Amino acid sequence: MKLQLNSSPRVCSTRNGISHNPSMRVPVLRSSPFEQVELQAPDPILGVSEAFKASKEPNKLNLGVGAYRTEELKPYVLDVVRKAEKKIFEAKENKEYLPIEGLDAFRKATVDLLLGPSHPAIKEARVAALQSLSGTGSLRVGAGFISRFLKGRTVYISNPTWGNHRNIFGDEGVKWEYYRYYDPETVGLDFKGMMEDISAAPDGSIILLHGCAHNPTGIDPNPEQWSQIADLCIKKKHIPFFDVAYQGFATGSLDADAAAPRLFVDKGLEVMVSQSYSKNLGLYGERVGAMVMIVGSKDVAERVLSQLKRIARAMYSNPPTYGARIAAEIVNDADMFGEWKTEMAGMAGRINRVRGELRAALESKYPGKDWSFVTSQIGMFSFTGLSPAQVDNMTKKWHIYMTKDGRISLAGLNSAKVGYLADAMVDSFKNS
Amino acid sequence: MTALVIRALSSIIQPRTAFPAAASFSTASTRFSHVPEAPRDPILGVTEKFIADKNPLKINLGVGAYRDDDGRPFVLPSVREAERRVTGSHFMEYLPIGGLKDFNIESVKLAFGDHAEVIKHGQVAVVQSLSGTGSCRLMAEFQARFMPNSKIYIPVPTWSNHHNIWKDARVEQASYRYYLPQTRGLDMDGFLEDIKNAPRGSVFMLHACAHNPTGVDPSLDQWKVISKAMLEGGHFPFFDMAYQGFASGDCDADAAAIRIFLADGHRLGCSQSYAKNMGLYGQRVGAFSIVCDNPKEAVAVESQMKAIARPMYSNPPLHGALLVSKILQDKGLKSMWFTEVKGMADRIMLVRALLRQKLEGLGSQWQWNHVTDQIGMFAYTGMTPEMVDRLASEYSIYMTRNGRISMAGVNTKNVDALAVAMHAVTSGQKQ
Repeated sequence: MKLQLNSSPRVCSTRNGISHNPSMRVPVLRSSPFEQVELQAPDPILGVSEAFKASKEPNKLNLGVGAYRTEELKPYVLDVVRKAEKKIFEAKENKEYLPIEGLDAFRKATVDLLLGPSHPAIKEARVAALQSLSGTGSLRVGAGFISRFLKGRTVYISNPTWGNHRNIFGDEGVKWEYYRYYDPETVGLDFKGMMEDISAAPDGSIILLHGCAHNPTGIDPNPEQWSQIADLCIKKKHIPFFDVAYQGFATGSLDADAAAPRLFVDKGLEVMVSQSYSKNLGLYGERVGAMVMIVGSKDVAERVLSQLKRIARAMYSNPPTYGARIAAEIVNDADMFGEWKTEMAGMAGRINRVRGELRAALESKYPGKDWSFVTSQIGMFSFTGLSPAQVDNMTKKWHIYMTKDGRISLAGLNSAKVGYLADAMVDSFKNS
Repeated sequence: MTALVIRALSSIIQPRTAFPAAASFSTASTRFSHVPEAPRDPILGVTEKFIADKNPLKINLGVGAYRDDDGRPFVLPSVREAERRVTGSHFMEYLPIGGLKDFNIESVKLAFGDHAEVIKHGQVAVVQSLSGTGSCRLMAEFQARFMPNSKIYIPVPTWSNHHNIWKDARVEQASYRYYLPQTRGLDMDGFLEDIKNAPRGSVFMLHACAHNPTGVDPSLDQWKVISKAMLEGGHFPFFDMAYQGFASGDCDADAAAIRIFLADGHRLGCSQSYAKNMGLYGQRVGAFSIVCDNPKEAVAVESQMKAIARPMYSNPPLHGALLVSKILQDKGLKSMWFTEVKGMADRIMLVRALLRQKLEGLGSQWQWNHVTDQIGMFAYTGMTPEMVDRLASEYSIYMTRNGRISMAGVNTKNVDALAVAMHAVTSGQKQ
């Protein structure tokens, strides 16, 4: 491109830039300050879906992102959600700003769902609840709280965990460390390692726990183990931070899946919780969730909420209305809540069924290997134990898209594809 | 301070009955006793006070949300129609991190012009964002990462939340002169001097139109001078455009400053919000864009915008973006919308004229020309915090303590009462 220089210092007529030398009185020509900005690699999880979309292979299979699919492998909007949508549309409500803390009806509903409606902590008004942008947004506000009011403390996250956890805490300048979690030998929980690492953490650390249906492994502690973890947190004065993204997806029961956080609260611990309605209500794109803190007293809850609000105000001011209205509508109406519970059980049921079918297929094709983990793991995901090289084989040879850590989303599998997946897995384990 | 200590202590000495009887107590004291109450947000706090007031004649002139002549929230007919077409017809899958593609394309066209050169040449990096606040926060984080050691220059005065946003992004703030109280207009000399004195490569935050809170905008000629000064200073202009369409009633006219800067070759940043001009407040819909040198850079910059967004909220909300792109992509709906925006702007211009007329008619000794000279949703009245407090306690009229009133809250039914009250508290007081 031709650069045009002009002797008048005030006139500029070019697009490309050269740097300005103030002593020379040449025209200031514009150039971007971001020339050196590097291309960031695509997000490892969301990048999988993009790669899947780009593929033209007829038998491609997307086992990447954890979005529920029907038996026809189609996205699923819950019937009860469509019902709520219609109700909301007909009510012709306005689109005013929500308060910073979000929709009151939603906040009540989300806490009821987490703790059970008649929980003492609710009666004592010691629960601070901030509607936020699904799991990510809630975790981020929580991370912001930690960076301001729990300065210098470290968050302990499971090894492995959802990749975005690292970035969320990292971007708030909060230190994180791993605690042992996954045992590749047993393809199960390394409970001894987990307890050792939580015990070794300095007193008053924050321990990030997956409420149920651990992502990416699908491996959850059993009730006795949860109890021991809670007791250890009490002893160490740790602050448990529950990431509850799959309430309902573990056992199919919303209530049963909240057992772990409830246990901790009942033992007298103060607890931070991030909740998401992306999966269990299928509200993915509407970004519905909450950051909840169960603390020692009403007064503390009020102060803590005011600080969560201050963090949210500088991030997005107030949360989006649409999804929260849908969620509140459903949870606060007995009939709709009942319908939701049924549909939730249906989704979890389908996943459990394909798990069973996959296990059976794998056992018949490769009887030498222990495939029990396929059904002992819980929720949307399974940690297959496939190495990155083997995962590569899954994608390149079999056109099966999954994350490099060996995680597959059972939500993206149906009976028709079970045999194909089993063949691919057996091939990858044996031959690559 | 004492109150804080007492509160902290009382939470430690909390009687046992405050906790569930079944639990064994590890935490007789809370881990969070040191957490203080956050200061009330100055703007949103006004609405809280208003809601608590039981006077049926109360008036809310606090937050900038448009109201119709009956003082009621207004859902635009074009939005209702878009809603009708959209509801129940979409899956609710995650949007990509950068948001809805169509929405992004239409937003950039709206801000920069349908046929903008920078769009044609693929120079624009853009992501859907969480309304104006979200866009500003992305800019602040982007600045912190890619222009480290640069300062953000913020006008005096500005929307209070700007300070929170850049503070939380850990970017050093500086200010530039903007509002001249003596003239109740623009401090052009001060503005230009501050541009000149700012370290090279500073980021200047500019209100594209309908400055919040003053309503004082530079003229087109003044914008041209400001643009040149910014070029000479080697600064990065960041436009916060929250009121496109609301200032003059014409979306293109309201984006004139941005287009002047683009014509001068600036590589600028832009925050857009659809909260006010489409009345989509609670849907949290906006766009954040940066004009780059070339498509390769735009791709890289966009990838970094997404890297900031992913650990903040993963991907933006769907519903509002569907409504906006429905409207902007459909000729009929778009034209309907343009008419509605003009209608809202016109009603505000009408009540500005009425308020001024009535104040002057009451024999006020104050100058009130600024009420009609200023543009957009807000009027910077020049009333003091003490006057504002009197308006609240004696007249149940609520506004922020900087004397800013949201003209959207004024209507033909309450303008008389407002004029009487304003006259009462300013009467005999020096302007």
